Amino acid sequence: MTGEEAQTNGHRIGVYVCHCGTNIAGVVDVEHVSEWAKDALGDRGVVVGKDYKFMCSDLGQELIQKDIEREGLDRVVVAACSPHLHEKTFRNATERGGLNPYLCEMASIREQVSWVHTNKAIATEKAKAMISGAVERVKEHESLEPFRVPIEEATLIVGGGIAGIQSALEIANAGHPVYLVEREPSIGGHMAQFDKTFPTLDCSACILTPRMSEVGVHPNIELLTWSEVEKVEGYVGNFAVTIRKKASYVINEDCTGCGICWQKCPKKVIDDKFEVGLGYRKAIYTPFEQAVPKYPVIDHDNCTYFEKGSCKACEKFCPTEAINFEDEDEVITVNVGNIVLATGYDLFDARRIPQYGYGRLANVFTSLEFERMTNAAGPTDGDIVLRDGVTAPKSVGIVHCVGSRDRNFNNYCSSICCMQSLKFAHLVHERTGAEVFNFYIDIRTPAKEYDEFYQRVLDEGTRFVRGRVAEVTDAARLPGEEGKLIVQVEDTLAGQQRRIPVDMVILSAALEPRTDAYETAKKFGIACSANGWFTEKHPKLDPVATMTEGVFIAGCSTGPKDIPATVSQGSAAAARILSYIEMGELALEPVRATVIAEQCSGCRICNDLCPFNAISYDAETELSEINIALCQGCGTCVAACPAGAITGTGFSNEQVLAQIEGLLMLNVEPQPVAEPA
Amino acid sequence: MSENGKPKFAMYWAASCGGCEIAVLNIHERILDVDANFEVAFWPVAMDAKYKDVEAMQDGEILLTLFNGGIRNEENEHIAKLLRKKSQLLVAFGSCANEGCIPGLANLSPMEALFETAYHTASTENPEGILPQYEYDVPEGTITIPTMYPVLRTLDQVVDVDYYIPGCPPESHQIEAVIDAVIAVLKGEAELPPKGTVLGVGTSTVCDECSRKRDVKKIKQFVRIQDVERIDPEICLLEQGILCNGPATASGCTALCPAAGAPCAGCYGPANGVIDYGARMMASVASVIDSRDPDEIDAILDGLVDPAGSFYRFNLAHSLLHTGQASWNGKGS
Repeated sequence: MTGEEAQTNGHRIGVYVCHCGTNIAGVVDVEHVSEWAKDALGDRGVVVGKDYKFMCSDLGQELIQKDIEREGLDRVVVAACSPHLHEKTFRNATERGGLNPYLCEMASIREQVSWVHTNKAIATEKAKAMISGAVERVKEHESLEPFRVPIEEATLIVGGGIAGIQSALEIANAGHPVYLVEREPSIGGHMAQFDKTFPTLDCSACILTPRMSEVGVHPNIELLTWSEVEKVEGYVGNFAVTIRKKASYVINEDCTGCGICWQKCPKKVIDDKFEVGLGYRKAIYTPFEQAVPKYPVIDHDNCTYFEKGSCKACEKFCPTEAINFEDEDEVITVNVGNIVLATGYDLFDARRIPQYGYGRLANVFTSLEFERMTNAAGPTDGDIVLRDGVTAPKSVGIVHCVGSRDRNFNNYCSSICCMQSLKFAHLVHERTGAEVFNFYIDIRTPAKEYDEFYQRVLDEGTRFVRGRVAEVTDAARLPGEEGKLIVQVEDTLAGQQRRIPVDMVILSAALEPRTDAYETAKKFGIACSANGWFTEKHPKLDPVATMTEGVFIAGCSTGPKDIPATVSQGSAAAARILSYIEMGELALEPVRATVIAEQCSGCRICNDLCPFNAISYDAETELSEINIALCQGCGTCVAACPAGAITGTGFSNEQVLAQIEGLLMLNVEPQPVAEPA
Repeated sequence: MSENGKPKFAMYWAASCGGCEIAVLNIHERILDVDANFEVAFWPVAMDAKYKDVEAMQDGEILLTLFNGGIRNEENEHIAKLLRKKSQLLVAFGSCANEGCIPGLANLSPMEALFETAYHTASTENPEGILPQYEYDVPEGTITIPTMYPVLRTLDQVVDVDYYIPGCPPESHQIEAVIDAVIAVLKGEAELPPKGTVLGVGTSTVCDECSRKRDVKKIKQFVRIQDVERIDPEICLLEQGILCNGPATASGCTALCPAAGAPCAGCYGPANGVIDYGARMMASVASVIDSRDPDEIDAILDGLVDPAGSFYRFNLAHSLLHTGQASWNGKGS
């Protein structure tokens, strides 16, 4: 289409150009652009061209409303910021004026023009081109109606750490049913492993276990521990979730949690989960004393009966006959309206940095091992001792940023390690009087009372060495190094290499996404960042929602964070869900992809691409289909369909090509094919 | 209308290989139906004719012209415009006229490079380095040959086109079907389809006609067909790592190539709904590469040794890009 052929097609289009204070007006000549739109685009259907200081203000929106009524506009173009910010605002204004909200189009002349250009003349011309594209595009827009879906009252929460516990209690206390799924035998998560929490030095268990018990007895919470989600079908308001309850070989209805079974069980197993390898448990066990629920499970792979066919000590001694060796996995399906994923983190495997000696040098510990060691209920009853189990260290080195802020492993900061390391330093001082060295790159203590805690640890006499540790070795070179661990570090403040002999080294290891985070994300139809953390719908304004409606995220599964932030996210996710439950019905964006059946050949290229699991293949018709309620309109399949047989509402070929033509109409002289040579 | 009352038919061969002409003759005895219903007014490959005879015709005197070949030189363009004027229905016949086809791939190279390859490389015996001249003086006067254009254009990039029949070449059964349809229109038994209709194709893609078994696509490597030891006779070729253009190519050919174990090259052109064939196919293939590791992805893509020739073999001249920049500008590379 050339400029002369472009037609109004009877449209009456209003173009509104926003100053955004000086954000746009400082670079783009907005008055000129609005005048130009009215004059130059008149033959293309533009009947109103106005500029205003803040289009998003009430007065700006009223301009649109009134013009729709007075001027009989049938299409609206707002040249302002990115549609991410204010598309909804202007669609609402369009609707209040009496038009279908989807007959409004935004031209991003802030993010794509004024913020990225300095030359005013060029920026002004580009803004015109963007508006020209939007005008051509909006003519191709169609009226759309939102989908309405009812919301099932129950909620599924995956992960029984403090984030999941918080969400579960908030929703259950509001009177709505909750299914809380946890793959370990008890809820509690990482927080149950800690001794003290920074900076207040509260006893972690003392503040956590009341919450755990509350979950355990709550009439609105169905606790599904020793269980895992297998499959998720459906969409917001109406998910069908298949859960595998692993065989525990214990009849919970009959079990009193008396503990005789694990006292009598003859099989000791190294506890590499809860005690991170520092202690033992039995083959029938609960992870810790205050476990919720109180019912033990039998570890099938380590049980003597399952290995050799005889033993059954637990069964013999159980006073209530609650052991059932014939138990099998049970698969159940629950219907829920919303889901919270609070699946937590894994600790960075410190063996991946061999020069730090973890796993090779006995007295190098990980942060989680040290947490267990300092815990009064832990394997050493809270004594800080070397790997021999008796010797108290006289000097301790604490290494920050192990696997974090390190381009070999993770570029990100794990957020909690500084405070955790300061806490460790304090505990070592308090309990052993040993000399403590903290090896850090930067100290990061931004939250409430965090820096005060740092000052306190400084005052206690902890030595701080600024520099990344090069190596931890037991190879003594200098007098006084024999029998010690030597920390080789460049002290960047002193400007020299130092060798510091210590008895014990603690590695503050990074927080990493769960090793199965990607599979989990795929199962629930959400996305992961490049690092593997679950991706928020908006990192600032919608941090607990995801691009999949009805699936929320909380806690460390979205990135490293401390307990207060984790709890806040648990509550925030619950609040979002409670508002959905209260609404009872949800209006969904009608921007969806559709398969044009007669053009689809069933080649199955799209089948595995949908991040929201909305595409299925019908073997009968040999066609691919899209579940319109699951589809989020992302466009992945539209781009991938080789036959062009999938079209995206709001992003049809006609709309996109019209926009491109509109853009080019203005700035590019039509070029004839080069003259014959 | 001719003296015998039959409508006039024409066929022309521009920048193309001639396969389309053979394809029309390949409908065997059905060619007699063409003769029975039409007077062949102009068909240089089949009978003697002079351009001046066409020039002398009334505008619109020819009812139906099948035009095959792209527009590569002055003569092609002249005849395209001439036949447009003299024909009521102008049909772009075959891949070259529709989308440029193999001759269109030359749009990636400037003319100097084309001449270099044609007249100076190892396959040419030309010890004196002689190049064709547009003009040459001989005792009888000056003789000329048509001027070569810097790029090949498709028929509809030069003149208005009524219908399209794709294929390299169009399949006989499709040609027969179109002839039957035209005869039905002549007899008043049917109406012409809307202008711009692509004739002789299905609504879907080659996969729709392909009997191979299809599963969810995951591609771990690309292999060239000559490097494959054994092609599974039943499984989708793309799933075996052989780049098959079937998913983006219009149906209509009955999936002859994949049935024979050769990947679809894409000669039937873009499926209904596909705007830029190569870009579509690349986006699709890239979407199903089964890796998240950038290095591994690069290694998999290295298996596609000739992306332009694989994805744009037929469609380059009609793609959104149309040509390489150097040839567009008419400059050296």
